[in-house]
Amino acid sequence: MARTPKVGVYICHCGINIAHTVDVEEVAGFAGRLPHVAVARHYTYMCSDPGQNLIKQDIEELGLTHVVVAACSPLMHETTFRLACQEKGLNPYQFEMANIREQCSWVHAAGPETTEKAKQLVASGVSKAILLEPLAEREAEVTPAALVIGGGVAGIHAALDIADAGFRVVLVERGPALGGRAMQLHKTFPTLEPVAGLIAPLIARLLGHPRIEVLTEAEVTEVSGYYGNFEIEVAIRNPQSAICNLQVGAIIVATGYDLFDPTALPEFGYGQYPEVITGMEFERLAAGGEITVNGKTPQDVVFIHCVGSRDAHRALPYCSRVCCMVTARQAHEIQQRLPEANVTVLYMDVRAFGKGFEEFYDEVRREGVLYRRANPSEIIRRGDKLIVRAEDTLLGEAVELPADLVVLAVGMTPRADTEKLAALLRLSRSPDGFFMEAHPKLRPVDTATGGVFLAGCCQGPKDIPDTIAQARAAAAAAMVPLMRGKVKVEAAVAFVEEELCAGCGVCAELCTYGALALHPVRGVMTVNPVLCQGCGACAMACPSGAMNLHHFTFDQVMAQVDTLVGHLS
Amino acid sequence: MQIQARQFARQYDLFGCIQCGKCTGGCPMTLKTQLNIRRLIYQTLVARGSFDLLGFEVLWDCTTCSTCTMRCPKDINPMEVIIGMRSALVEGGRVPPTVKTALESVFRQGNPLSFARSDRAAWVGDLPVRRIADLGEEADFLYYVGCTPSYDPRIHPTTRALVDVFDRAGLKFGILGEEEQCCGSEVRRLGESGLFEMLSEDNLALFEELGIHRLVTVSPHCFNVFRNDYPRNGWQLEVQHYTQVVAELIESGRLTFSGELPRRVTYHDPCYLGKHNGIFDPPRAILRHIPGLELVEMERSRERSLCCEGGGGRMWLEGTNREEKLASRRVQEALETGAEILATACPFCVLTLEEAAKLAGLEERIQVREIMQLVAEVL
Amino acid sequence: MDTRDNRPAALIIGGGIAGIQAALDIANAGFPVYLVEREPSIGGRMAQLDKTFPTLDCSSCILTPRMVEAGRHPKIELLTYSEVVSVELIEGETGYHVRVRRKARYVDVERCVGCGLCAEACRMHGRVDSTFDAGVGKRSAIYVPFPQAVPLKYTVDPLACLFLTRGVCGKTFLCKDACSARAIDFEQQDEFLDLEVGAIIVATGFAPFDPREMPEFGYGQYPEVMTGLEFERLVSASGPTAGKIIRNGKEPRQVVFIQCVGSRDAKHGHAYCSRVCCMYTAKQAHLVCEKLPEAQVTIFYMDIRAFGKGFEEFYDRVRREGVLYRRGNPSEIIRRGEKLIVRAEDTLLGEPVEVEADLVVLAVGMQPRADAGQVADLLGLERSDDGFFREAHPKLRPVESGVAGIYLAGCCQGPKDIPDTVAQAKAAAAAAMIRLAGAR
Repeated sequence: MARTPKVGVYICHCGINIAHTVDVEEVAGFAGRLPHVAVARHYTYMCSDPGQNLIKQDIEELGLTHVVVAACSPLMHETTFRLACQEKGLNPYQFEMANIREQCSWVHAAGPETTEKAKQLVASGVSKAILLEPLAEREAEVTPAALVIGGGVAGIHAALDIADAGFRVVLVERGPALGGRAMQLHKTFPTLEPVAGLIAPLIARLLGHPRIEVLTEAEVTEVSGYYGNFEIEVAIRNPQSAICNLQVGAIIVATGYDLFDPTALPEFGYGQYPEVITGMEFERLAAGGEITVNGKTPQDVVFIHCVGSRDAHRALPYCSRVCCMVTARQAHEIQQRLPEANVTVLYMDVRAFGKGFEEFYDEVRREGVLYRRANPSEIIRRGDKLIVRAEDTLLGEAVELPADLVVLAVGMTPRADTEKLAALLRLSRSPDGFFMEAHPKLRPVDTATGGVFLAGCCQGPKDIPDTIAQARAAAAAAMVPLMRGKVKVEAAVAFVEEELCAGCGVCAELCTYGALALHPVRGVMTVNPVLCQGCGACAMACPSGAMNLHHFTFDQVMAQVDTLVGHLS
Repeated sequence: MQIQARQFARQYDLFGCIQCGKCTGGCPMTLKTQLNIRRLIYQTLVARGSFDLLGFEVLWDCTTCSTCTMRCPKDINPMEVIIGMRSALVEGGRVPPTVKTALESVFRQGNPLSFARSDRAAWVGDLPVRRIADLGEEADFLYYVGCTPSYDPRIHPTTRALVDVFDRAGLKFGILGEEEQCCGSEVRRLGESGLFEMLSEDNLALFEELGIHRLVTVSPHCFNVFRNDYPRNGWQLEVQHYTQVVAELIESGRLTFSGELPRRVTYHDPCYLGKHNGIFDPPRAILRHIPGLELVEMERSRERSLCCEGGGGRMWLEGTNREEKLASRRVQEALETGAEILATACPFCVLTLEEAAKLAGLEERIQVREIMQLVAEVL
Repeated sequence: MDTRDNRPAALIIGGGIAGIQAALDIANAGFPVYLVEREPSIGGRMAQLDKTFPTLDCSSCILTPRMVEAGRHPKIELLTYSEVVSVELIEGETGYHVRVRRKARYVDVERCVGCGLCAEACRMHGRVDSTFDAGVGKRSAIYVPFPQAVPLKYTVDPLACLFLTRGVCGKTFLCKDACSARAIDFEQQDEFLDLEVGAIIVATGFAPFDPREMPEFGYGQYPEVMTGLEFERLVSASGPTAGKIIRNGKEPRQVVFIQCVGSRDAKHGHAYCSRVCCMYTAKQAHLVCEKLPEAQVTIFYMDIRAFGKGFEEFYDRVRREGVLYRRGNPSEIIRRGEKLIVRAEDTLLGEPVEVEADLVVLAVGMQPRADAGQVADLLGLERSDDGFFREAHPKLRPVESGVAGIYLAGCCQGPKDIPDTVAQAKAAAAAAMIRLAGAR
């Protein structure tokens, strides 16, 4: 480093949050005596404008080379202070934060030991700060187009939104037709509209949209590139099979779900008794005119909830979210069309949670559908009837219910080829097997891969309105970079010290982002700084110590640790 | 004794039930008997064809306090379900003997107490009370006395005090005298729907004939049945409980008190005034206006009040648990407030609570009083 | 706010997580955004929560960075402590003229540094119920709702300030004397701001059900009976008890949770399910187990609606931690000696039961805000039977309001949890951005 470092240290009171437990004046005094520290101040709220002005003034007047703020978690205000530094011409990466709130004042009682800890955290921050180097923040141009994988309700909505916002969209659908699972449904709940009638106009608009290209019987086979500039290879597998290459700025995954196969639960005799069918098969039965089973109108119809769902032992540990209401609507349909039939629904909990759902459930019961609390154990044949054997847990008695038709409300599972797509797009999966979102609460459509977003049931079971809301949310997420035309590229990325690298490739195997590759000529690893997210996994794994991480180099981190450990020893 | 399960379920909206158990959880009878209305509803729902009620003696335990109905989140009326089931038992002739006697007495004598029709106005004695038939257009309202206030000497102080209060306030009212007959409240609740229909039609016809548009009752039970159960047939009938009238007289200054009653009093909400009809404040207003009186509330009051077990025909029914009385619990709860007087505004409550206090040997510590008895002391 | 490139702006009404998320998306895409919030700070209900289910993330830890981001975004103008008073269609229907009332804070936000000296000095210090702490804690008459407030500017509560309510506050204003920044200004008046916007997102949120409507639970009568939202503040490390579960000065040994208070209840006009209570109750039960391992925890329920991603798994976990789920909708709570008694039928036993409790938490549901009718009139919105704002189509158009250019986000359209709110907010943002881009 050319210049001798000149550090400014600022201790924040955070109102009383820090100042009530930490003696901030003492910490500032201590910091002022640390090597290379030119100035140390304390203030009620460093994040406030006057607080930031203190930093800006000192950068100007004292020519600070590095700034340390001891305050809250960097998650809160690192950006605030980086921007303040930047405004006065100091590289934002020459700023360091010491967390003396969450890691000190909030978790300890007031007293000299707490103040002592705060001092050490500040000293540790200063040790790192003087080693910090300027890094360049860059932006990459964004290809103004998007790829949507999957032509169901989610994919259609995402594609329409992005195209309506003015961008080109390519929609890739594996099957020959658009509309997905929803087209197999007969009617919606709770409004009882024919599904095809709702979806068909959307498909027509999609096909007629000047900015949307639809590729059916097609599959994504290769994905390379990075956020803002993905290179996609699509294989079209119809008579005119072809390979097509696309460039897009963002990708929306809307690949949907598979249905649980009830033959995995042999006690229900699915496949053995023709009278036992799945909910999806019921949809076809209901759509096909008169409802008959074995040529006769069924007298006793039994619906069974949670077939496969909520069964951590043999099937799916999770709730499939839609079956309660699909069943209610199907029970309603039977009761309407066969008023003489005895319609019974066997449930564990009725999950009528959405808008208008509980009201619909109330309506269906009042039509005469009998809800009994039971998770049936088996179905057997007795004469020309099936017998559903269960405990009615509200009677506390074992019961046998005769049935001419049994409908199994089978749950949703991840698509069989989820792993393949996960590998292609570098997506992770939740324990339930569906694609994992970046954060379950606040980032439900983002993924760990920048520029790739999730829509619909590929992320987890959901009904049509929730699928649409999520699809449009994914569209919004994709539209942000498309509209800005640029994406920010992480500056704190990995780098290789080539003289140390043996090219063993351990790092590349670990990299979730596909940012590492072996240089074909030099035989060392190279980092694609656009793909790298700066997680540091490679640096930890490298047996030769060749991989390092900007802004968190070994020297910087060890300086921090040494200060803390040095204090203890 | 059979009910046609599906038809019955439809009639009483049982398919609306989600078996949450709110009805049974708060039912006061579950404190002492096996009555479980949630389970009865479910048994009806899952029955195919007919459901036999023979042996369901617990149906006679219900006091029709309406706690279940008031709280049901799905707006089902479990109390009416029990009445409907009782009807099936009545139709099948499976009625407890004491109930049979009471019903027969209503049919013959117009009261369930086996008193003579001709003695109905004997309570009047020397009071200057006029027959409404003689007043004609002049009458503001009919003072409908009811069976127990007419015949039971323990209630006569209230029956008579009301006449005094109405007179002092200058109200124009009349009674039906010997022409008055049972309102049918308990008859209906015992499941004798045929007899109730007859009584209500007779009474309405009489009201129409006499041009009665407004009536005031002593008993909350009479008040309720006239207000909520009578088919109006287009006849405009304003029904009031006496506590509403008296509270209004006091608040408007038309009734004033000269005496003082420096006692600590707690008030028991009768189910048919409170839970059934939401009348919680007028009785309390009367008590608060009595000079010197200190009103204290029991732990459970208003909507949360505990039933005394006097409703639903239970005045003529022991029920399946004869050992324990809810009224005894209620007297205990009143004692816990430190009150010297347990006041209420229903003849049935007075009788059950008084008996409970007597049985427990607590008469020295707490007196059970009808509100009008207290009013009479300070007039 | 940076409006240099002259793009049409969006107005977002409501600064909870729905409004914040929609604002960030639209602003990040390059459009100016006005974010109007009635309270002194953005953050909404989510800021009041302790942890979030099922991941048990600290709510404010994940929310605050978003609030800060919205607060310093060059394309977002925060209009806190403000209300929209009129909305008129622009001729040609390209957007709306909007008038916003900026309520007087009696504090000059340019000068206030958020130091809090005024609040410590205030005569009403520790005597005003904190709305943010759901009445569990106290504050001063000059306040910030919570320490992480954005903006971190003090506000004088006109209903609690002695000077503003009685015209006098001792010989001298203690707050003014304490304020070294000279930010306090009792002469301040409401101001009006006129905006022109191309799209509006309504994100006004919900109100919790008031259990006083169900007298059988004795809420308001028994201090040991509290609502789920109050429990959030009680159990929160940043709450008034620093996260200690204490009622009547003691740690409860028996805790009962009651689900569906004010939900699935046609009697009280809320036939619908409030969608979040099952899981927030499971989470709260878990927190009790964690903080009071000796406590007995019982949850009364009708149906457990653990429908979302990871929810059933969380419900499984909480049961295995020893929480007893009993199927029954309690009918009443009474006092017996030191204890409360929850009376219910356990419908699986088929028997009435009485469960002792030192603390009862009512899982109150969500209802439309009291002023939903006025907001609907202001914007020309329709309302569903449940009182929430009606979407254009329940299946296919969940974020359109039916009025051109006005979109719905979050719980003002119906109860939802945080991820569903965020998804819907982003969807509303997508719809708004399409409109704004077209108007470009």
